[in-house]
Amino acid sequence: MKKQFIFLLVVFNFLTFLVYPILSAECITPSKDGVFPEIAIPVPQNTAEKDYLGLKGKDTFKLSQIKAEVLILEIFSMYCPYCQKEAPLVNELYQSINNRPDIKDRIKIIGIGAGNTPFEVEVFKNQYNIPFPLFSDESFSVHKSVGEVRTPYFFVIKINADGSNKILYSKVGSIQDPNQFLDLIIKESGLNKEG
Amino acid sequence: MLNKIIFYFRVICVILAILFSVAIAYGASEQFKGKIYNPGILKPIDSKAKLRAGDKAPDFTLLSVSGEKISLKQYLGKKNVVISFVPAAWTPVCSDQWPGYNIAKSFFDKNDTILIGITVDNIPTLYAWTKEMGELWFPVLSDFWPHGAVAKKYGVLRSNGVSERALFVVDKKRIIRYIDIHDINRRPNLEVLVKELEKLGK
Repeated sequence: MKKQFIFLLVVFNFLTFLVYPILSAECITPSKDGVFPEIAIPVPQNTAEKDYLGLKGKDTFKLSQIKAEVLILEIFSMYCPYCQKEAPLVNELYQSINNRPDIKDRIKIIGIGAGNTPFEVEVFKNQYNIPFPLFSDESFSVHKSVGEVRTPYFFVIKINADGSNKILYSKVGSIQDPNQFLDLIIKESGLNKEG
Repeated sequence: MLNKIIFYFRVICVILAILFSVAIAYGASEQFKGKIYNPGILKPIDSKAKLRAGDKAPDFTLLSVSGEKISLKQYLGKKNVVISFVPAAWTPVCSDQWPGYNIAKSFFDKNDTILIGITVDNIPTLYAWTKEMGELWFPVLSDFWPHGAVAKKYGVLRSNGVSERALFVVDKKRIIRYIDIHDINRRPNLEVLVKELEKLGK
């Protein structure tokens, strides 16, 4: 009886060890030089945003379908005070990119509102006059796929011609100086050499 | 033999503890990093409702973080009032709920409504916590002493002395028009509240 009990304990023990990595696997945040996980986002209904990202159709799109060589992806929340403070800086980053014809069409920005409804994302967009597309991630699905990061979190992703990608930057917190951040992106991505 | 069993039991307990302590940091803001206490997943609602839509809202007078005495009756005939109870300072969901309302002021203004935030914390705690959120445009009141008296009047005091995450929409005649005693672990959607505010004028 005792032996059986111990046997069961050992089996259970083994199983928990087996299950734990599976449970925690999706909680890992991809770091620099890593690969950004595949995510599907609804195509924006707004034509300007659709054009900005170079998307077609009505359903969902993958990051690799965005017409850009480098994608800046911010995970934010309308409710997060730090994201609120960050919003003007990211707008400035957008303007700096927009002011440079050599990179304007090659670097794009999107924001993902972790746990935010489309309404809440809209409130954030209107409050700060955000010129780039924001998406609702009401079910936290994107947020979970990147390891439930704190907000704001910035990924800079190099999108290769074959659809693969490589992360150039993966950090929580403010981008600090938008122009220095842009310089860093250009350097890391090699856009200055190819351009 | 018995020792072995105890050993395995301990090992399993440790593993289970690790398994079940997977932190719920949904959308946690970087600003509060390291300062937010994670209570884990709590019983969604732990109090007995005392009020219903249509009831007269019980009056109260509490001290705000900025030192004013605020009573519900001072808004009678002047403003609609949203009372937002949140469980406690420095806890995950609440630390993100009010900063959201902070950029939603226009919805309150449009519907001639003011917002009052209440927790059972004392003033110094609320002072430090709300400072961390930045400037809030609405008053935050302390329901600390007698402890949770207002929360209790509103039927939202939990068994451990913190309040529910609850919203009460009170019209200019001091009649409660809407109550949302929310799952304490989750943040109420803004649009639901906004829709209720829009109904007030009609």
